[in-house]
Amino acid sequence: CFLSCFSIYDRTGCVHVLVKMESYLFPFDSLICMLLGISFTVWFTLLLVFIIVPAIFGVSFGIRRLYMESLVKLFEVSECFVNHFNQIIEKNWFKMSLEQEVQEMRRGSAEPEFDMSDIFYFCRRGVESIVDDEVTKRFTAEELESWNLLTRSNYNFHHISTRLTALWGVGVLIRYGFLLPLRVTLAFTGVGLLVVLTSIVGLFPNGRMKNYLSDKVHLMCYRICIRALTAIITYHDSENKPKNGGICVANHTSPIDVIILASDGCYAMVGQVHGGLMGVIQRAMVKACPHIWFERSEVKDRHLVAKRLSDHVADTSKLPILIFPEGTCINNTSVMMFKKGSFEIGCTVYPVAIKYDPRFGDAFWNSSKFGMVNYLLHMMSSWAIVCSVWYLPPMSRMEGEDAVQFANRVKAAIARKGGLADLLWDGGLKRGKVKEVFKEEQQKLYSKVLVGSSEDRSHS
Amino acid sequence: MGSRASSLLREEDIEEIKKETGFSHSQITRLYSRFHSLDKGENGALSREDFQRIPELAINPLGDRIINAFFPEGEDQVNFRGFMRTLAHFRPVEDNEKNKDLTSGEPLNSRTNKLHFAFQLYDLDRDDKISRDELLQVLRMMVGVNISDEQLGSIADRTIQEADTNGDMCISFSEFTKVLEKVDVEQKMSIRFLH
Repeated sequence: CFLSCFSIYDRTGCVHVLVKMESYLFPFDSLICMLLGISFTVWFTLLLVFIIVPAIFGVSFGIRRLYMESLVKLFEVSECFVNHFNQIIEKNWFKMSLEQEVQEMRRGSAEPEFDMSDIFYFCRRGVESIVDDEVTKRFTAEELESWNLLTRSNYNFHHISTRLTALWGVGVLIRYGFLLPLRVTLAFTGVGLLVVLTSIVGLFPNGRMKNYLSDKVHLMCYRICIRALTAIITYHDSENKPKNGGICVANHTSPIDVIILASDGCYAMVGQVHGGLMGVIQRAMVKACPHIWFERSEVKDRHLVAKRLSDHVADTSKLPILIFPEGTCINNTSVMMFKKGSFEIGCTVYPVAIKYDPRFGDAFWNSSKFGMVNYLLHMMSSWAIVCSVWYLPPMSRMEGEDAVQFANRVKAAIARKGGLADLLWDGGLKRGKVKEVFKEEQQKLYSKVLVGSSEDRSHS
Repeated sequence: MGSRASSLLREEDIEEIKKETGFSHSQITRLYSRFHSLDKGENGALSREDFQRIPELAINPLGDRIINAFFPEGEDQVNFRGFMRTLAHFRPVEDNEKNKDLTSGEPLNSRTNKLHFAFQLYDLDRDDKISRDELLQVLRMMVGVNISDEQLGSIADRTIQEADTNGDMCISFSEFTKVLEKVDVEQKMSIRFLH
């Protein structure tokens, strides 16, 4: 059919050739169309049977787990050579507090107030932090100990044998040629269904039927999205799943956290109103069940935010709120400071720990380096997203505990369960400067050492 | 994308740095990775802002002085060689090195050089003397607003009195060394780098 568009020919032999080619290609032409038609049908049937129907009913054929196990075997077999170390210096080999160390540096029993060697402590700690610090490394992807055949995680691996390169090449073909198109199709299906079905459910009158349908619709669409990412999730301790009238808090690594939690339970989301596609999704979702979306201007008003959250929580017919108190994405090696806002509301808090296995694909979103589209592309061309979710027992604020202490207690529990480092530093340090007050604390500590010793001397 | 930092560092450079500083090959590549991750502008050199982005250093009362020690006189950028040269001061002194007879002068991590590094933290104008003013300024950095001017002044006076042997009301490097001769400088000014 397409060859008949050609109008370039000369009087003699070419016309003959063209005619010949046309008649030659005609049977193939219809064959191609037929093949395309069949493959599309097969494709969509497979999609429906293996992915969409299980997503509706929440069952799994176990295909993804099988895939994950074969990947693990592949990594073991390929034995990627590495000369890479995660630690530069042995920290804490000389772990003492400021007071202890400065006291130790005082020689002799006659304690002078100030010693010129006091500077050594600050000097060494300073240079140690230049060589390796606890904070800046949390805002870039975690470095792996051995290579997982993805270009993006290949840092210092110099020696890559031909066998490994061949494996990598095959990996690229599989991931970009087969998995990526499949996943993109699923993602569109999932999001499309979410928007359409939640809008339909929104037409129902408020009541039990609407809530039931809304739950089912949300779960189904999130499960399709899970399959769109080839996410293999293990949920632990499901008896502690969040209930109505509570707040669910979790550590934040990527926007995918939301999908992972929401495919196993129904939550009310909290967030800022966005424009574009995100905005469309938000508006559709809120028709089916009450999510909490804030305008940009409202976000600054802490009282307004707290009031809306408390009102929602007070109504036990509404779903538990899902909040990420870190406020920003951290690279899943640590949990950083929890903002106290959600802990001031005074309801039950259901902590959840999420830990990704970075071998199959790094879920961390480095928002200063990659935009959303780039990030999703990375996600969908990784091997898989493998993670574990632990539902921790609910916690409430204890007598005499303020919001900050409560937040720290919850954070410590999450860090312990997920095997993450528990840091006091603010995730906001990703973009902003550290507050002066912390430096002033250090100065105060040192002053105590100086002045304290002079007080002792004046008393003796 | 992961940082292909090590591919930007040539083997000859690594060898030279090894000779100059005494770090091992793997330590140098690892530190280059770190240098690269601090270098947000990706121009092969660090500025003062790059250092100040490290929160633990920003809250160190002597953070600015330490950062300054990396930059040679009058310069605003430090390249990897300079970075390594400064870090080399903090390499632990290995036993076999203590007795090594080096023809090219003392290694960067000798006791004298470690003391000199600390001396320079006090010596604000780099004139090889710590004056009363300079000592006061550094003390003020370390204590913040928590100690009064008079008290701080008397601390400074007492320190200079104890250290000053030639009566010029300043502390020279040799006087500084004498005052700290009993201190285990090798341990206090060393960082245990892993191989």
